[in-house]
Amino acid sequence: MAKLRVAIHKLTSCSGCQLAILNQGAQLLDLLEDIDIVHFIEGGLYEPDASVDLALIEGSVTTPEDLQRLQHARSNSKLLVSIGACATSGGVQALRNMQDERAWKQAIYAKPEFIDTLANSTPIKAHAKVDFELWGCPITIEQLNNLIRQLRFGTLPIDNKEKLCMECKRRQQVCVMVTRQAPCLGPVTRTACGALCPAFGRACYGCFGPSEQPNGKSLGKRFAGLGLMPAQIAQRFASIHSQSPDFNEQYHHWQALDPKLSEEDKQ
Amino acid sequence: MTQHFLPKQQLQLLIDCLRAEGYGVIGPKVKDDAIVFEELADATELPYGIEEDSAPGRYQLKKARHKRAFAFNTGPQGLKPFLFAPEQELWRAEHTDDGLIFRQSFPAIRPLAFIGLRACDLAALALQDKHFAEGPYPDPSYQAKRQQLFIVAVNCSRSASTCFCVSTGDGPSAESGFDLCLDELDRGYLINVGSDKGQRIADKLGLEAASGAKRAVATRQHQRAVQQQERQMPDEKTLMTLVDKLDDQRWQDIAERCLACGNCTSVCPTCFCSKQESHSDIKGQASSQVRLWDSCFSEQHSYIVGKVIRNEISQRYRQWVLHKLANWQLQYGRSGCVGCGRCIAWCPVAIDLVEEARALCLGDKP
Ligand code: SF4
Ligand code: SF4
Ligand code: SF4
Ligand code: SF4
Repeated sequence: MAKLRVAIHKLTSCSGCQLAILNQGAQLLDLLEDIDIVHFIEGGLYEPDASVDLALIEGSVTTPEDLQRLQHARSNSKLLVSIGACATSGGVQALRNMQDERAWKQAIYAKPEFIDTLANSTPIKAHAKVDFELWGCPITIEQLNNLIRQLRFGTLPIDNKEKLCMECKRRQQVCVMVTRQAPCLGPVTRTACGALCPAFGRACYGCFGPSEQPNGKSLGKRFAGLGLMPAQIAQRFASIHSQSPDFNEQYHHWQALDPKLSEEDKQ
Repeated sequence: MTQHFLPKQQLQLLIDCLRAEGYGVIGPKVKDDAIVFEELADATELPYGIEEDSAPGRYQLKKARHKRAFAFNTGPQGLKPFLFAPEQELWRAEHTDDGLIFRQSFPAIRPLAFIGLRACDLAALALQDKHFAEGPYPDPSYQAKRQQLFIVAVNCSRSASTCFCVSTGDGPSAESGFDLCLDELDRGYLINVGSDKGQRIADKLGLEAASGAKRAVATRQHQRAVQQQERQMPDEKTLMTLVDKLDDQRWQDIAERCLACGNCTSVCPTCFCSKQESHSDIKGQASSQVRLWDSCFSEQHSYIVGKVIRNEISQRYRQWVLHKLANWQLQYGRSGCVGCGRCIAWCPVAIDLVEEARALCLGDKP
């Protein structure tokens, strides 16, 4: 069977998801029996316009150039898969969508006129057809390898939207929400990390985005009952996947209840 | 039944005897702010002077004034994860020079003795036995683990606020299903023998007969534990009326709170649902079929021929309650709830099964 030709494109992102390829260790040699990587700047391969079977897109669209490169990648590739929080929902940098972007630019950069950005940071699916999404901040090696393996078998992976709590319990972690009143997003977050944070006694931050049937409304109320202020609850839902509709709704709901906001801000 | 007495400092002797008989000894320990069951190196690792404060959505350990080892009631686990593993390989398929080969997988099994299980845990074990060991399709690894199990139960001397085993008829004292059963007193343990295996261990301990005074203390402890229970699950006949309440508005009310997270079914010592996944190696040369704990609160649990049958949280909660409290009676001859209260304490949003069952069956206004 011919190898899969793969291009790995990076738009606006921290490059952390691409490490799922580089951090494989010796296993990378096995993976390379299945795929030919033709474009991968982080790995020193530069051929952005090559035709490929699979384009993996890391990063969100935040500049006119991002948009152009995404469109090229889409037309040069049979399958397109977005990898990581930035590509799937806009990422941490999408927090700016909810702020006055111009004011921030002026406050931070000496010459803001050199910064050429679009109004919002948006996910890949807002601009191009996406065949599959790998959620996570960052994605795991297992997610990536499973994608490649399933493609080699001639199918796409199962889109596992199960809640993190199920994996947390399978690993027999003690629930930090129940013992420590920690504001854990596990009950509304997709599985994939193996319940990493609860294993270290920490509440889940929601790196893998919303699960199936995420009852954010009830969870937010529970956080309030545990003593969090509305602004803290809003931040909890906003941090990594602020633009995913389920978390975004909770962000706006709790932000509007923040007593520190003036009446004018609330509008 | 004759009761014997084991002085407090000789508990180690019991552990040593079990080990000499070839058992790995599992007992309660404090870990990550909860009581969990793990291999015990010696008796000093037991949670002396620890009790739990539990309430809907809350579980906290606290120091008590006494120095008893078994003053807690439950932790999140019970026996379930040891007999019905959360994740277990069932079989493997491999490409070999001789073609594709299928092989059944069997976990390594060694004799285990559990110290500190409660009456509700034993009632749950009897139900899991019915499902995994005595049904038409027994699970061979469960059966093998079950056969070599040694159980040292402990009668509860107090009840946590989430306990309601009296109303389900399963506790707070164990009447059968153990090899040995302890009543913990300040200076030692009353011991009841429940099996020949148990007698063999008891013989090695050189026990004295328990005095009437000590037995009277144990009886008073039992009565106190009974009186402390505030929650009452409706009786089984009343619970059967749930099947006529499929359209009750209350399912919608619950669904506004319920996260469909599956924590309740995971901690429930009687829930047994699982799903299977096949995990392939990176080269596609070997594949492992794995059984994982599942829950009726998960989407894929009701995924049948391309469609999710129970998409709404209200339907999923209804499935859990209807199966557990009503339809188990048709399936296994009794309700699936043994009154341990775990699902109440470990529900992240404090949903109280007893309160909901009473509201649905009896019209109680919570
Ligand atoms: S710690 Fe978080 S992820 Fe784990 S069971 Fe509790 S709420 Fe769910
Ligand atoms: S339904 Fe709840 S109280 Fe009843 S056995 Fe299960 S976890 Fe325990
Ligand atoms: S209540 Fe739900 S998880 Fe438990 S055994 Fe029944 S269907 Fe399975
Ligand atoms: S009842 Fe509680 S523990 Fe059970 S699924 Fe709903 S929120 Fe989770």
